[in-house]
Amino acid sequence: MSPLQLCLILSSLLFCIGLVAVMSRGNAILVLLGVELMLNAANINFIAFWRYGPHPEAGTGIIFVLFSIAAAAAEAAVGFALVIAIYRHQQNIRLQEANRLKG
Amino acid sequence: MTLALFILALLILGSAAVAMALRNLIYSALLLIGSWAGIAAFYLWAGAEFVAFAQVLIYVGAISMVVLFAVLLTKQGHAPEPVEFTSLSRFITGLIAGGGVAGVLLGAILGMPLDVRTAQAAPSLTVKELGARLMGPHTASLLVIGLLLTVALLGAVLLASDKRPDQPEDAP
Repeated sequence: MSPLQLCLILSSLLFCIGLVAVMSRGNAILVLLGVELMLNAANINFIAFWRYGPHPEAGTGIIFVLFSIAAAAAEAAVGFALVIAIYRHQQNIRLQEANRLKG
Repeated sequence: MTLALFILALLILGSAAVAMALRNLIYSALLLIGSWAGIAAFYLWAGAEFVAFAQVLIYVGAISMVVLFAVLLTKQGHAPEPVEFTSLSRFITGLIAGGGVAGVLLGAILGMPLDVRTAQAAPSLTVKELGARLMGPHTASLLVIGLLLTVALLGAVLLASDKRPDQPEDAP
């Protein structure tokens, strides 16, 4: 088994851990953390293909990961601001009860 | 080389899985910080030093603080609120879906003839070359991502602030 396959297996398992967390937990913070895990798994894929793919000197994978990390940071900031707004509105952060857009 | 990858994978996957299964949100956040540090170590292992340091700065440094503040600001009462699994059927459904996706992905990866040059040396890309590429062919994307970050952070402040727009600050 090549190292590229090991890296891909690692990223798939990390993605699935995040997916299970997103689908089975009802807490908004844990769901956002699951989304962050899935983004990290995608970044691992980019780095693995940059490392073992053709033309690593172009650095495309690295640059894509940098932009992806910036987008993930923006997503985390907005997501946790939304969590705080939901908490202020309904005094808990259970997603099942957050069923109104306006309040 | 492969042994280091196995150890890193064990660290990343173990702490992520335990973090997602725990009931205390603070422990989950701290374990996830460990998982993100493991991912940074993976980037170092793969030879992407700049990305590893960016990961440490942004995830281990900044996003972890945002997570911890969100946990602390939304805590209810004195005791840490145990986070329950909402229902068993929901948990089992999520587990089946995640396991199915994992099975499909692993089958695809193991069945794919990945023709790679495994014996090649680690590619080295210095920070200088990376900066030249960022400011050369990728300048437009850099500007767009900067604008996105500014707008997103302003929006986050606006969403989380207590003030209503129709109640000015200097109102009596």
